[in-house]
Amino acid sequence: MSQTLPPIRRISGQAVVVPGDDIDTDRIIPARFLKCVTFDDLGPQLFRDERFDEDDQPKEHPLNEARADGATIMVSGDNFGCGSSREHAPQSIHKAGFEGIIAGSFAEIFFGNATTLGMACVTLQPADLRELQDLLTSNPALDVTIDVEALEVQAGDRIFQAELPSGARQSLLEGRWDPLTDLLAAADDTKALVEALGYHNGMRGRSA
Amino acid sequence: MNPPKSLFEKVWDAHSVRELPGGQTQLLIGTHLIHEVTSPQAFGMLRDRDLPVLMPERTFATVDHIVPTHSRVEPFEDEIADQMIRELRKNCDTHGIELFDITTGHQGIVHMVGPEQGITQPGSTIACGDSHTSTHGAFGAIGFGIGTSQVRDVLATQTLVMNKLKVRRIEVNGELRPGVYAKDVILHIIRTLGVKGGIGYAYEYAGDVFDRMNMEERMTVCNMSIEGGARCGYVNPDETTFEYLEGRPYVPKGAEWDAAVERWRSLASDPGCHYDDVVVIDAADIAPTVTWGINPGQAVFIDEAVPDPAEAENDAERASITEALEHMQFDPGHRMEGTPIDVAFFGSCTNARLSDFVEAASVLKGRKVAEGVEAIAVPGSQLVKAECERLGIDQVFKDAGFEWRDAGCSMCLAMNPDKLVGDQLCASSSNRNFKGRQGSATGRTVLMSPVMVMAAAVTGHVTDARRVFESKPEVVA
Repeated sequence: MSQTLPPIRRISGQAVVVPGDDIDTDRIIPARFLKCVTFDDLGPQLFRDERFDEDDQPKEHPLNEARADGATIMVSGDNFGCGSSREHAPQSIHKAGFEGIIAGSFAEIFFGNATTLGMACVTLQPADLRELQDLLTSNPALDVTIDVEALEVQAGDRIFQAELPSGARQSLLEGRWDPLTDLLAAADDTKALVEALGYHNGMRGRSA
Repeated sequence: MNPPKSLFEKVWDAHSVRELPGGQTQLLIGTHLIHEVTSPQAFGMLRDRDLPVLMPERTFATVDHIVPTHSRVEPFEDEIADQMIRELRKNCDTHGIELFDITTGHQGIVHMVGPEQGITQPGSTIACGDSHTSTHGAFGAIGFGIGTSQVRDVLATQTLVMNKLKVRRIEVNGELRPGVYAKDVILHIIRTLGVKGGIGYAYEYAGDVFDRMNMEERMTVCNMSIEGGARCGYVNPDETTFEYLEGRPYVPKGAEWDAAVERWRSLASDPGCHYDDVVVIDAADIAPTVTWGINPGQAVFIDEAVPDPAEAENDAERASITEALEHMQFDPGHRMEGTPIDVAFFGSCTNARLSDFVEAASVLKGRKVAEGVEAIAVPGSQLVKAECERLGIDQVFKDAGFEWRDAGCSMCLAMNPDKLVGDQLCASSSNRNFKGRQGSATGRTVLMSPVMVMAAAVTGHVTDARRVFESKPEVVA
């Protein structure tokens, strides 16, 4: 039953900047791609309508550039992943090869969904985020590291202080980012709490 | 004496199973709602690990996201849609989960079905793989959207890992002006606090305006909490709440009902409790509101001009305004009043309840949809549809030239055949105006209240409903 997950201490690799604030999950993965019973084929659909026109011709987009090939870190703006709760959004980013995201801030549901997949989602102060984006624009080959342990983002010889809520950080470092095993361990306590909470007993009427 | 607590804190504390390493909470989910789009993968994950559903009686299902609204003939034309719906039926059947399927007459958008059935109850924690689960907060519940792995977690354990939220009390005091609706109130709140203003917060809606609102209006407001970044939003339960719930199928009966009401009443925020933030808004400052951009915070009063990027406060705001204007094909300083529309969409979990239809029908009666405008009315649930038909409201819409549809999410997210085409502009009673949201990458959405959608439908352009409907209709059907 128990599932052993590898600890995630640092993620290194090429980074691609997807500029803009409030990048919503409809943009990350348009709703028509939610028609699936598994997440397996979502990678190629990432930012589909931003990357391709209605005739499937590529548009100008950072993910269509050569530098995006093999990238493992995405860099974006504020409120990344706002909107729908669809896990298809972080799944498509993950399946496209990304292991970490650096942003100004994250929408909450997206952040939880991405963390559960083992993606490190860290935030930088506005000035640092701008500087990182500028560095990557002028030097796309720059290697970037998200250090979950040290709470830093390294880009070349620049080091930025990063933020990551302690619960998420700890779960990545301890290989507990998928919480199911932890949650299952408290099944008895959960049942006892359900018994103790009066309102649950009032919830009858399946046939009423 | 216990220290005074907010409803959020009381409900949170009551449902906390234990604290996890790192300070997160393992939170009991009292009620779990599922639908056909975000659940099949979760059931697949359970199968992969050979896990049962721990408390199948605490999960309720319906079909809404992908189900067609123009025809209910099965198999559905869209093979994948058909497969997903069959998958949900199979999963519910296998695990003993109650499914409000099409044949029950109780199918509808999941956030309408819960309240209609009395499944949504004050003081409970409610989760669903849909961000608009915040709707259920209207009942003094803590409702929030979750991803599919979390749907799996709830199915397998009836719990979730959550970070405790801060609480922001948003008071709207005084009286709303005539022609200003719940939709305008929440659009105004989002515009004021921003689309990310609510990150890390639960919103408690309070004050004269919310005290006076009926349950359906409260649901409209709570529904869009997530558009302001707040994962949940709630109104403290009161007599209006209990009146709405009494007699519904899933609420307690008799002496148990009385006990439940007493318990629910005690869950309301205590006077003098701590709030992490308080925002006070004067109801008289709110006018009919429409969006002009590509997120719900990009909104103006109907008589205002849209922003000019040249006047933006910083580069990020300038870029955001420029991108929005470009997508919407508006010039800086554009006036929304008079903007031609192609489609009028009346539906969604934000605004497709009975009172929305009654109000919309009262202004639409005797009028016609403008030439060239495609207008569709999609009741949020089969019960709403049936009641509209009993009251003759369907006829008002059909006579006006609206298509009268079956219940579902429809063109709010365009997963079924209801989609914009090309760069059509849609006056919409839904909740999101993101790029591509309504099914066309270049499609344009203008969010507004149902009555404003009616005004746009009959005039063919975005306009002030107060002016359109101040006189009797010229065209009598």
